[in-house]
Amino acid sequence: MDIDITTSGSPVRLVLRGALTIAQVSGLTRRLDTIDATAPVVADLSGLERMDTAGAWALVTLRTRLEQAGQSLEISGASDQLVSLLKTVTDALPQPETEARHPTTLRTRIEAVGKAVVQTAQFLLALISFFGLFLARLARAVRHPSEFRLTALVHHCEDVGLRAVPIVALMSFLIGIVLAFQGSSQLRQFGAEVYVVNLLAISILRELGILLTSIIVAGRTASAFTAAIGSMKMREEIDAMRTLGLDPAMVLFVPRILALILMLPILGLVSDVMGLLGGGLMAWVDLGISPAMFVTRLVEGTDISHVAVGMIKAPFFAVIIGIVGCHAGMQVQSNAESLGRMTSSAVVTAIFAVIVADAVFSVFFAQIGM
Amino acid sequence: MNQTPENSGREVAIRLRGIRNQFGSHVVHDDLDLDVYRGEILGVVGGSGTGKSVLLRTICGLQTPSAGTIEVLGTDVRTADEDTRVDLEHRWGVMFQDGALFSSLNVRENVEVPMRAVAGLDPHLRSALADLKVSMVGLPYLAGDKFPSELSGGMRKRAGLARALALDPELLFLDEPTAGLDPIGAADFDTLIRSLSLSLGLTVFLVTHDLDTLHATCDRIAVLAEKKVLVTGTMNDMLQVDHPWVHEYFHGPRARAATASADELAQTGQKER
Ligand SMILES: Nc1ncnc2c1ncn2[C@@H]1O[C@H](COP(=O)(O)OP(=O)(O)O)[C@@H](O)[C@H]1O
Ligand SMILES: [Mg+2]
Repeated sequence: MDIDITTSGSPVRLVLRGALTIAQVSGLTRRLDTIDATAPVVADLSGLERMDTAGAWALVTLRTRLEQAGQSLEISGASDQLVSLLKTVTDALPQPETEARHPTTLRTRIEAVGKAVVQTAQFLLALISFFGLFLARLARAVRHPSEFRLTALVHHCEDVGLRAVPIVALMSFLIGIVLAFQGSSQLRQFGAEVYVVNLLAISILRELGILLTSIIVAGRTASAFTAAIGSMKMREEIDAMRTLGLDPAMVLFVPRILALILMLPILGLVSDVMGLLGGGLMAWVDLGISPAMFVTRLVEGTDISHVAVGMIKAPFFAVIIGIVGCHAGMQVQSNAESLGRMTSSAVVTAIFAVIVADAVFSVFFAQIGM
Repeated sequence: MNQTPENSGREVAIRLRGIRNQFGSHVVHDDLDLDVYRGEILGVVGGSGTGKSVLLRTICGLQTPSAGTIEVLGTDVRTADEDTRVDLEHRWGVMFQDGALFSSLNVRENVEVPMRAVAGLDPHLRSALADLKVSMVGLPYLAGDKFPSELSGGMRKRAGLARALALDPELLFLDEPTAGLDPIGAADFDTLIRSLSLSLGLTVFLVTHDLDTLHATCDRIAVLAEKKVLVTGTMNDMLQVDHPWVHEYFHGPRARAATASADELAQTGQKER
């Protein structure tokens, strides 16, 4: 590219030669910017070999700038194709809508906070009404057992419960080992190693067993619910169901949430047993507490209420996970991004909600003295 | 009317000879020849599954044929070295069926993606040029800030076209550009392709099912059937062919409607003049 600018006379003469493409446009605009908009400009393009839209854009921008200053740009020696390209670019030149950017004032910030609060409240309300829908359909299923999908329930029980047993069992076993190990190394300082059994029993039976199981199930199952229901929603299968007189809540939500309610307590029990097993093994290896002694201390030192406290929470957590997963699935729109976004948001929401609920339960049980 | 490549003195932009494509034992193309001349809009038609998309993918290097030669803009694509190929890829643009926009980028950034390969291009300039391309394909200025998921199907296609045109390619490949558009949107798109190809001097390889698009935009038509390019020629030539599929395609009820509306358009155009 070769640019000659003769500014001495009026009009200013601009001679362009060679290729004028996107690769040269940065250099070109830098040179063109040096032309003052105080005199008309005549551009000679007869020496141009090639020009693309980028080059044409540079010339058209120059012309706009000159015309705004009351001057003009005359183009000579352009081939027909160049003329037509310049015209296309002129016609297409975007007119930036000069929409004033709103500055962030205190007011807009408060507004944003308010919106977030309202959205959260609406989300909670939506979850609660979803729960109501589930209860209503469950009641209907009791009155009209023929509408209930037993096969689906069994299928989901297998998916949600049976297939989760290995991962839940392994995790609890390892947690039991870690707890026993950490507990014993602290308690040994007071010669109170044997209380490791109480530590294990209370922490696993009351809290960790069911909480960790719920977190794993939330990750596994809430995402699966959202993905399954969301992809049906995306392909309009849910709408098709409605037009065929099938109730998505009865067909999709009830079996899934019910399966969770049935299976989560069982998974919790598996987790309790495996956690104690892992802890007992560690206590035996590390502290020499024999299995017989472990069992004796366990039975003597642990009130059955600890198991009850743990187990009572299970159905509540199951409902939370199921509702969050199904609700997120119904929020999926017709594009794949929203499916991915809702799936991960379902997992995060479900885990968060389970932990919050667990905290609420702790306060509750402390108040009633259990 | 049949493939007679040597009959014309026009410069050839794409030359395919003896192309063979197969998936396992399923042969899609066998000994396929085709010429696309510089500056023309070639419409490729054929039944579903006859390998129109595969042919397009073969020419732009997304699919390696098991035999044959592909010459694009004078370069043999299959034997060219890496640098030549990269240069060549900057000289063509491809628009995929649903636009194939990158979903994590907004429209302007999508159009800027190919421009990033240009050394020394100032970022402000780049986004101004992207805005220009966005408006050239008929999208409103504010569409540049939108993400693909916020656009309608027709707008996504336009944005895909803007990205394909980002580097002012000489060759443009379009796969069913009007599929899934309403008739008005489809007609607008036809006009857009026609006017862009004139003002930018594009050579267009256009796969389509849409008879109106064939009438409105294409200079020449190539029919894909029986694993090869059966015939090429203008719309009038196609009406003379007596191969059963070709006859059915260009004489069926839909074809008659499209011909009638094209004739009507031509007549009103003459009256106005
Ligand atoms: N990646 C692939 N693997 C196997 N078969 C394919 C592949 N791509 C295309 N085909 C087959 O090639 C044939 C032509 O496909 P395509 O070019 O997409 O048809 P169309 O003409 O409708 O665009 C079809 O029968 C399809 O099944
Ligand atoms: Mg196809």
